[in-house]
Amino acid sequence: MVDHAQQLADRVWHRYDRKERLIRYAVLLGTLMLVFWAVRDIDIFWPWVWDAPNQMSNLGARMWPPSAAGLSNILNALLETVHIATLATFLTIFLALPVAYIAAQNTTPNRVCLWLGRFILVSSRSVNTIIWALLFVAIFGPGVLAGILAIVFRSIGFIGKLMGEAIEEIDRRPVEAMEATGASKAKVVAYAIVPQVMPAFFAIVILRWDINIRESTVLGLVGAGGIGVILQGAIDTFAWPTVATILIAIIILVLIGEAITSLLRSKVL
Amino acid sequence: MTPSDSPSPPRTWKKPPFIANPVIRYGIFIVAAIYLVWAFGSLPFNWARISEGLPRAARIFSGGFPPSLERYELLLTGFKESFQIAILATLLGVFLSIPFAVMAARNIAPMPIYVIGRAVIIISRSFHPVIVAILFVAAVGFGPLAGILTLTLYSIGFVGKLLAEEIEEIDWGQVEAMRAAGAGYIATLYYAVFPQILPRQVGLSMYQLDSNLRASAVVGIVGAGGIGGTLMNAFGRYDYDFAFAILLVIIAVILLSEGISGWVRKKIW
Repeated sequence: MVDHAQQLADRVWHRYDRKERLIRYAVLLGTLMLVFWAVRDIDIFWPWVWDAPNQMSNLGARMWPPSAAGLSNILNALLETVHIATLATFLTIFLALPVAYIAAQNTTPNRVCLWLGRFILVSSRSVNTIIWALLFVAIFGPGVLAGILAIVFRSIGFIGKLMGEAIEEIDRRPVEAMEATGASKAKVVAYAIVPQVMPAFFAIVILRWDINIRESTVLGLVGAGGIGVILQGAIDTFAWPTVATILIAIIILVLIGEAITSLLRSKVL
Repeated sequence: MTPSDSPSPPRTWKKPPFIANPVIRYGIFIVAAIYLVWAFGSLPFNWARISEGLPRAARIFSGGFPPSLERYELLLTGFKESFQIAILATLLGVFLSIPFAVMAARNIAPMPIYVIGRAVIIISRSFHPVIVAILFVAAVGFGPLAGILTLTLYSIGFVGKLLAEEIEEIDWGQVEAMRAAGAGYIATLYYAVFPQILPRQVGLSMYQLDSNLRASAVVGIVGAGGIGGTLMNAFGRYDYDFAFAILLVIIAVILLSEGISGWVRKKIW
């Protein structure tokens, strides 16, 4: 007679069955091979890697202590950065809302508009702000306009996509009620759609403003205005203590931006 | 009495405003208008240079079309390097984000450790990857190494933050059960905490790989390896047809990787 109790006690508990285990090992093996290939093939001079901690502490030592010279310059550049971010976010609103309207399934006039809207959103989001900046610097020359346009073009995709999703999630009933009373298209938008997406709109715009502040800190590296211009200048002249001051100023700016954002969001939502 | 001579005149309905208090409502409008005028006035626009923009844009776009894939080898090398940077940085970043996430989770880290963990995450999130990239280029020289270090730091900030939030929300029962059984700190982490956050971590890693691939296209602009350097050179040499070809391929690759990472995350969650 078989000893059932013993058999039960001998059974080992497994978290995964055989198929799950095989898939896991295959994924793991594939990842390992990919990493192995990347490490072998990448064009890195390995002695530099082992030397990197040294080099970085060296750089850190050269940055310390941060220098207060040129602080008023830095503050002016920071203000310019904030202006670029804010003006760009403001301009984006006018461009993104129509795109969101035609890119939302339930408000788009027809399929052509839907795909046009989707195309605008996708191409806007796929190109990084700094690449947009590169393009606009080539067109309009170095300066804040290139920076503002770069941020506008990147933000259209972000605000448009999230607003489109907000429009798609509205309650249909107010829209149907308005349509049943014979309201015009413009009135349906103003009275049945806008009030429903208003909170989402403010939340999205505030979020994007916060992101745009971070993005506008780097525009200057390709010549598109803001604090990045003097950061690049300080790095090019090896003025490391000034670089440290600029970096600290950026951290403070970003933290202030985050504080304002969370305050505004708690008021809106 | 007929309805026509009712004592009250016909009433018209007005939409309630989004901000109820009229002082605040109009105050916000006025402050916003003043700000916009001030910001716009204070920015240094170079109108002479900007007015040349349209003919220049026409020249750039006519030079850019049709995009030329003549030097596809350069393009392939650039993309291969971007891809390798993204893989290695994601791997390193995701591994390193685990200890920092554990440190920055309020429910399992003691107070001083928590503060350190949070500080690391906040600092690595404050800087745009491109700024970090120029610092690493200054420290370890041009090439993919600076890119990998940059994106590793970027991944630690992003994955670490979300993972810490995930750890703060785990089911505490399993931790208590492990502690009641007398398990040590490491064993508790390994058997009670990690299994709960693993699916989330895999999803975040996929997201981060996608995000690093995007970022690896821009860190090259400041010399940290990958396709960005090729793009920057093409722009610098007024080689617009090649630049546009690179941009189109970047968009295609990003859409593809977004699709793949979205599909994998849907499978996991």
